[in-house]
Amino acid sequence: MSRLWRWLIPLATVPVLALLAYGFRANPRDTPSPLAGRPAPRFALATLDGAPLALEAHRGKVVVVNFWASWCYPACYEEAPVLERSWRAYRGRGVVVVGVDIQDKPEAAQKFVRDFGLTFPNAQDPTGTVSVDYGVYGVPETFFVDRQGRIRVKHVGAVTDDVFRETVDRLLAEAAKP
Amino acid sequence: MSREWLRRLAAPVLVLLVSVAAGAQPPAAPVSEDTVHEVATQLRCVVCQSLSVADSPSEMASQMRGIIRARLAAGERPAEVIQYFVDRYGEWILLAPRRRGFNLLVWLFPLVAVATGLVLVATIVRRWTRRRRDGVAAPVNVDPAMSERIRREMERGT
Repeated sequence: MSRLWRWLIPLATVPVLALLAYGFRANPRDTPSPLAGRPAPRFALATLDGAPLALEAHRGKVVVVNFWASWCYPACYEEAPVLERSWRAYRGRGVVVVGVDIQDKPEAAQKFVRDFGLTFPNAQDPTGTVSVDYGVYGVPETFFVDRQGRIRVKHVGAVTDDVFRETVDRLLAEAAKP
Repeated sequence: MSREWLRRLAAPVLVLLVSVAAGAQPPAAPVSEDTVHEVATQLRCVVCQSLSVADSPSEMASQMRGIIRARLAAGERPAEVIQYFVDRYGEWILLAPRRRGFNLLVWLFPLVAVATGLVLVATIVRRWTRRRRDGVAAPVNVDPAMSERIRREMERGT
């Protein structure tokens, strides 16, 4: 028995160490969103200009829902020009970009929109209901919604031109098929 | 206490009882902050490290408490409110993992570790005591001539 135990006891610590190594190295923010593939939660907000903004109004289009805040520096400041560029390039092809400003002051949000010359609709989520409906952890987070109104991709961090183009092109190509 | 006194007291007491009874009815009841707190303590604040929604001073947590309050006010049970958050954030949002599947490891491992430790200590202690007993029993095997000599020398010494 003693020879077996001399090996077994150190060996028993291996799975425990492996579990701890995995657990401590994993980023707690990298948990997959349970919303992927599920219908995008509906919302009806008012844009910073006071116009109504409802997800329902854009059914049948590829919708890019971007959560941002004026205090989210630098990531939101990096992606704002990307979103504006992409929106201008794709708006004629059945793509809508929608900005949802969270945990922010209206004046700061309006200044952000003005500074970047954003022309796509941006609305504030004053109660946080839309953020929680989408399972938002922080900003920026971007949800790509297909023409059937399902969330297909959740992107955490600043959106780049490549990410926008690849994801939206894929959803547009897929929707074109019968 | 006179009868007049009783009559004067009766009206306010009656009003109080009726209002308490009305308040106890579920649809009219405002959401108790204790229930909001109880739900909030079970949820992880998404913008914090290891803080519950009840304990975090962040704006996100305060908005989440508002959502909990609103859903409870709409007639949802606490378990349904928690499920709403789990559906959006996954089980990550729960501060204590649910007791099923792989998660059971978290609940069972400490018990297994304690049990293993007890067995280990028991085995080692038994081995030590057995060795001690062997040590005491050893003189039995001493050569009779030798023990006779020891006895004689001890007697001579006294």
